[in-house]
Amino acid sequence: MENEKLSVEKKSFFDHPKNVKRLLHFLYASCALLLLLDFVIHRHAIHRWENLWGFYPIYGFVGCVILVQVAAWMRTFLMRAEDYYDSEGRNNEEKVVTDESLNESFSKTTKTNVRDHNVDG
Amino acid sequence: MWMVEIPPFVPFFICALIAAVARGVWRSATMVAIPIISAFHLWMVPEGIHLQFAFLDYQLILYRVDKLSLMFGYVFHIAALIAIIYSLHVRDTKQQVAAMLYVGSGLGAVFAGDLLTLFVFWELLAFTSVFLIWARRTRRSYVAGMRYLIIQVLSGVILLVGALFYVAENGTLEFGHIGLDGIAGWLIFISFGIKCAFPIAHNWLTDAYPEATVTGAVFLCSVTTKVAVYALARGYPGTELLVYIGAAMTCFPIFFAVIENDLRRVLSYSLINQVGFMVVGIGIGTALSINGAISHAFNDVIFKGLLFMSMGAVLHMTGRINGSDLGGLYKTMPKTTVLCIIGAASISAFPLFSGFVSKSMVMSAALENGYDWIWLILLFASAGVFHHAGIKIPYFAFFAHDSGIRASDPPKNMLLGMLIAAGLCIAIGIYPAALYALLPYDTGYNPYDATHVLAQTQLLFFSALAFVWLNLRGMYPPELRSTNLDFDWVYRRVFPSILQKTFSIIWTINNVLRKAFLVRLYRCLAFLAKKNDRSSVLLSRTYPAGSMVMWVAVLLAIYLLLSFT
Repeated sequence: MENEKLSVEKKSFFDHPKNVKRLLHFLYASCALLLLLDFVIHRHAIHRWENLWGFYPIYGFVGCVILVQVAAWMRTFLMRAEDYYDSEGRNNEEKVVTDESLNESFSKTTKTNVRDHNVDG
Repeated sequence: MWMVEIPPFVPFFICALIAAVARGVWRSATMVAIPIISAFHLWMVPEGIHLQFAFLDYQLILYRVDKLSLMFGYVFHIAALIAIIYSLHVRDTKQQVAAMLYVGSGLGAVFAGDLLTLFVFWELLAFTSVFLIWARRTRRSYVAGMRYLIIQVLSGVILLVGALFYVAENGTLEFGHIGLDGIAGWLIFISFGIKCAFPIAHNWLTDAYPEATVTGAVFLCSVTTKVAVYALARGYPGTELLVYIGAAMTCFPIFFAVIENDLRRVLSYSLINQVGFMVVGIGIGTALSINGAISHAFNDVIFKGLLFMSMGAVLHMTGRINGSDLGGLYKTMPKTTVLCIIGAASISAFPLFSGFVSKSMVMSAALENGYDWIWLILLFASAGVFHHAGIKIPYFAFFAHDSGIRASDPPKNMLLGMLIAAGLCIAIGIYPAALYALLPYDTGYNPYDATHVLAQTQLLFFSALAFVWLNLRGMYPPELRSTNLDFDWVYRRVFPSILQKTFSIIWTINNVLRKAFLVRLYRCLAFLAKKNDRSSVLLSRTYPAGSMVMWVAVLLAIYLLLSFT
């Protein structure tokens, strides 16, 4: 366990900001290269938009930004607490009018009217 | 040869029986051996109807083999083998047996030649798979499993009713092209649609799969939806409605996937998204698009299985699956990280990975058949799937901020299962001809021309660029511990609360009415009694019952006295 911890705590690849930067630069360079390839490679396009310069890159980029923005906006009205559904069923102890209370109200309303009608009296 | 007549579900059911009684090495050995033997057997079987019998007036076809069913038969065998290896460490008989029965039911369904047999296996799929969810043994998994079971059984019942209508309309039960004319067509369509996770009927999937066990989810993601895709491909190819339903399926789940925290639920949403591509392919209905749909189903079983396995490994080793709790795992789980990235690249359809060679067929078919808007939606969904499944899953699990969790790679059998799946993803991506040879139609399609490769690479790299840009700007929505409302809110919250309120109103009214009636009744009685009191003092006075008894006793005593004399 101790050994494991020691060996783990040595700095990993992405702990060096330099490596992260390298990766990002590689991504930027690839993107630039792919854009330039648009001039070189002749497409046999089916849809007319495919012939627009940089159609796929722009569509991909803009599409993703819109996706994330819309999703983030959806959070404003869709997000609930983590245990939202777990609390279901706790607050449905409805107030049922029990038989006793029913009887009570009978006797209250009827006693004044009924006179001398107690058969077991 | 009599061996031909054994339908592929039989070995799996036998295997389930053995798994129920055998233990330890013997069980593991049988469970690994059966799919391999059964797959070889299936490989030898020629096309045609191999097993049928008469039931009442109808011909039931238990085992029909053609190119369409064979594709799904093969991939279920592959998926079963991978998932079995992945779950070899599990010591839970109930789960092992349920998994075998489940895969067997899936195979039974794709080789069923008539609607009644299909119905039986359709319901068996539901009843066997729910144990893979319940095996998690939590309250959440229990209730999620219940909801799952109700919806699945409902789908089966609709299928049965549809099949009965179908018999009445056509006089045969044979499962061929059905189409959307007549009640039967619509009923069966709805039934298939529920199992296929059509929009607003999709929540059983995102609800139940993340609650399943680590290994159970791997089985689940392979079979149920693919059986539904198969059924649609056989019954409804070229139904235009499917194009629009499929396009909706590719699109809406990606929004939910971006904000979802549970990474296995993210995968469930992306499963719907992938099934959407298949549904579009079936809806277009040309040879190319059907080929695309089927091969995408084939590939999806493998790469989605791989992703579920890698997230399962994370859950298994860390006990956590929420993006907000994870991060930095690449340091101690490097093998899982690499395998997960291969799965992510495959689902994102990077060139040289399996998703690319099948998804591009559907996209090309959409363009060639004039579905321009659908094509744009699919393109957006392709960028989106890379965004949430390709980047989000590996990024939040293995990179992002360091969560401090130092879990090691999972057991060897889990790694081996993932390795086989990853190998297949790359193999199919590099050499798609092997996959294309199995497809029902020969279209001579070649995915690796410069146009396709460049277009897809550009799309994906700039999606990645968008992710980086949003992240650096701090605009990317962080992973939050939360529940996001989806359509299931309607039947988990709105319906129950409406019903509850309605019933409480009904009960209240009921009580008030009864009370009022009784009070009225008492008053009437009292009124009558009062009237009697006044009208006749002698005749209708109210005597107590006791006095009558006394008078009877007096009479009897007098009678006794008289009788002595």
